This record gives sequence, C-alpha cells and structure tokens, in this order.
Amino acid sequence: MNDGLQEIWVYLSTTPLLGLTITLCAYVLGYRLYRKCRFNPLVNPVLIAVLLLVPLLLVSDTPYSRYFDGAQFVHFMLGPATVALAIPLYRYFHLVRRSAPAIGVALVCGSITAVLSAVGIAWLLGASRETLLSLAPKSVTTPVAMGIAEQIGGLPSLTAVLVILSGITGAVLGTGTLNLIRVRDWRARGIAMGVASHGIGTARAFNVNELAGAFSSLAMGLNALATAVLVPALIAILT
Amino acid sequence: MIESITVLLICQLVGEVVARASGLPLPGPVIGMAILFAGLLVRGGIPEPLHQTTRSILEHLSLLFVPAGVGVMLYLPLIADQWLPIVTAVIVGTLVTIAITAWIMRAMLKLERDGERTGAGQ
Repeated sequence: MNDGLQEIWVYLSTTPLLGLTITLCAYVLGYRLYRKCRFNPLVNPVLIAVLLLVPLLLVSDTPYSRYFDGAQFVHFMLGPATVALAIPLYRYFHLVRRSAPAIGVALVCGSITAVLSAVGIAWLLGASRETLLSLAPKSVTTPVAMGIAEQIGGLPSLTAVLVILSGITGAVLGTGTLNLIRVRDWRARGIAMGVASHGIGTARAFNVNELAGAFSSLAMGLNALATAVLVPALIAILT
Repeated sequence: MIESITVLLICQLVGEVVARASGLPLPGPVIGMAILFAGLLVRGGIPEPLHQTTRSILEHLSLLFVPAGVGVMLYLPLIADQWLPIVTAVIVGTLVTIAITAWIMRAMLKLERDGERTGAGQ
C-alpha cells in the first residue's frame, strides 16, 4: 500500500500536472477568500497563494525548478496578459489624452521618488553598495528591472525578488495609503499603483475599478521606460 | 476566444522582435501592448470577442504572478543578512512612492481642471 502511494508520488512529482494544479488550487482558495472579504486588499490572493505554496514545497522537499515545470504555463500567460492591457487603455484613451501632461509629470516624479526613496532608506540603514544598486529599479516590471540591475552593477536575481515584494506591498497596503491621504480620483490612484507596484499593483487596481486599472497599466509601461533612462543617469550623478 | 488569444500572441511575438531589434529598454509584451493599442486606433474599435477574452484574463491577472512569487523562496537567503534595510526600503519606499505619485497626479488634474475653467470663461 505504502509502496503504491510512493509510486504515485514519484510519478506525479515528475509531471508538470502537479505544479500547475497546486498553483491554481492555491490561487482559487486565495481568490475565494479575497472575494468573501469583499476584495479587502489585506487578503491579497497572490500573497495567500504564495504563503500556501512555499511551505508545501518545503515540506514535500520539492525544488522550485520542478514546481516551475508545471507553473510555467501560468507564468507564460503574463506575456499575452500584458498585451491585453491595450484594451482597457484604448477604452479610456480619451481620458489619457486629455490628461497627458498631468500623467507625464506624475510619472517622472513618481519614477524618481521610487528610486530615491528605496536607495535612500537602505543607504541610511547601512545596506551594501550591491544591495543599493539592486534596489534602485525595484518598482519596474521584472524583465526591465533585471536588465537595469545588471547594467548598473546590481544583482539581477536579488532585484527580481525586490520587484515581487514591492508589487505585493503596493497591492496589500496601497489602498490604505491612498485612503489615508484622501486621493479618491481613480486616475490618480491608478497611476500611483502602476508606478510603484507594476503588474501586481495593476492587478489589484483592476479588482477595484477598470479606470484605475487602465491608468495603472499605462503607468507600468511608461515607468519601465522612464526608470530605464533615469536610473543609469542618477547613478552617474550620485557616484 | 482562440482568435483573440492568437491576436495577443502575434502582438507579443512582434513586440519581442521589435524589442530585440531596436534595443529599446522595454520588454516585448509591453511593446506588444503598444502594437495592439495602435491596431485598435487604426481599426477604430474593440472586437467583442477580444473584449470578452481580455476581461476574463484581466480579472485574474493576479494568478499569473503566483509562480514568480513562489520563486522568492529561492532567494530569501540573499535577503537574510541585510533584511532590515531591504524590507524597510521596499515597504516604506513603495508606500511613499504611491503617496507622492497620487498626490502629484491629483494636483496636476486640479491644475488641468482650473485651466479648462478659465479657458472656457474666455
């Protein structure tokens, strides 16, 4: 009997089916809880799914690479989903066009704030030079952030983690922050989420309001460009 | 739905090619987003199937970040010896960025409104 179970486990742990299924199960559980709590940002479905999956992988002694053999099918969809952000953007294009100067100013200021606040705080608390350089592009979508980190002498793999953590921070605590400073305009809320927390913040914005999601998508895309130009320039000035 | 997904993939593919050929500091999918956006402008509307497919993908955009989120487990040791500056910089830095960006955007939108009002009065 035990041998039978062992055999099933050996089989399952080598197919991508298991990694894919547990990813969806963890997310569905997280999403149901999120919906039950009326989309309370503290009950973020990404965070819940990660907190369920990491211990599961550790306990079952499953290496991340084997988990990813299955999870990659979900991960792959990030590309087409990013392309799909063009649709909400198109729907609200009249609002984007009307406020283009406002968006430009907020974007550049936000981009500089993201870099300086992260690097400044870590520097005050005594982080190493490599850590500071890895932190600089943390608010940008992962592939661009890793590219910037590599270019300026940071550690791309550390940057990838910091990007995810920044995204989750914004998705979980961003709504509270925006309520605290009493910014109610969906356009301003969306831009702020997209600049600080890229795709994960954008996903949260879409759960709340489609207009906020559209502006967040725009900010995410433009911030990738702004940060890629700004960070190397800032580093050159500061060092 | 298959046609919609095909459209999205073609835009991404062209975006990847443009990203590599041009050396722009943007990921292929973001360029793909711009390409699809330009296509919609030219066409002058969103085809209904594309709208529906997109809506269901974007409703669960969060799901797509789960595999990368789990990947954080691999790199936790990297953070371990400097966790205090890193965690503080990420949390405080992100929230400060959200607050300042939203605040500036709101101020700019107010300027814009005031400008329109005086413009209309003239």
